[in-house]
Amino acid sequence: MKRGLLWLPFVAFALLFGVVAYGLRSPADRLIHSKMVGKELPAFSLPAIIKTKPGLDSAQFKQGKPRLLNIFASWCIPCIAEAPQLMRLKAMGVPIDAIAIRDTAPALQGFLSRNGDPYERIGDDKISQVQLSLGSSGVPETFVIDGQGRIVDQHIGEIREEDIPALLAALQGKK
Amino acid sequence: MSLLRTRSSTIASPAKAGAQLGPSLRWGRGKGLAVALVLGLLLANPATADSGLPPAALANTQLRDPALEAKAQALMVTLRCVVCQGQSIADSDADLAGDMRAMVRQRILAGESPAAIRRWMVERYGDYVTYDPPFSAVTAPLWIAPILLLAVGGWLARGSFKRRRRG
Repeated sequence: MKRGLLWLPFVAFALLFGVVAYGLRSPADRLIHSKMVGKELPAFSLPAIIKTKPGLDSAQFKQGKPRLLNIFASWCIPCIAEAPQLMRLKAMGVPIDAIAIRDTAPALQGFLSRNGDPYERIGDDKISQVQLSLGSSGVPETFVIDGQGRIVDQHIGEIREEDIPALLAALQGKK
Repeated sequence: MSLLRTRSSTIASPAKAGAQLGPSLRWGRGKGLAVALVLGLLLANPATADSGLPPAALANTQLRDPALEAKAQALMVTLRCVVCQGQSIADSDADLAGDMRAMVRQRILAGESPAAIRRWMVERYGDYVTYDPPFSAVTAPLWIAPILLLAVGGWLARGSFKRRRRG
């Protein structure tokens, strides 16, 4: 019994070492994941923000084909970084709609002419109410919606080149 | 993007001007570059994560009925801002926190109960969003640990008292 107790400090140290090593290898996830993934897209109807694009209605996500729903804004710097990837996805034939958060028509028009325009429709969410109903906590975020209007996946932050395969898989229902 | 472009051009142009003047003015060129750098830093807008749009109607305006406002306030101090982790939406200046306050006040005004609004938020953001977390498998250690430690302390104390009495 006494002999066993002698090892106790070492065991305690090894345990602590393990906890710290685990924490170093996989740091805590500080992202706020939407709890709406796997659920039905909440009903909403947003007006158009620029004249050349129609507004966005949740019913448009139930037409049988999976779509991307991009939450973005012209004042958001990482949104510029992800623009080329969205253009790539569009070129692959992925339909993309967007919700513009707290934006104005001239600012948005400028953003689209500078960074490209991958969107079919853009809804105007001036006070972030639809963003809140989606459980989204910032820009940019991208939701994958299947053809029946169910949210299948959420991508938090800008889309990078290496994120494209996962998004395509989610669009094809492999996630 | 345009902001970045103007910033780099203010820094780059004096260097070009210095190059045209030749090596005899090297000191002046360095000074000019320093001035341009300082000017560039002063003129450049910080890349904020805010929209610049005015806050939503009820974000910073109290409800007219003090009873309803008190209800909204009590809820807002226990809802966590989803941008600035560690502040309640009542405390935060973030755009999204303002929009969350506007939503809370709007719904209280429409007669919704604070509990229902909290449920709505938790449904979307998880327990993360509430500062009043429910008892669950994850939060259980928080509640049980003090009781457990007290019990262990009592047991240890009992043992040492017993020994002393015997001796």
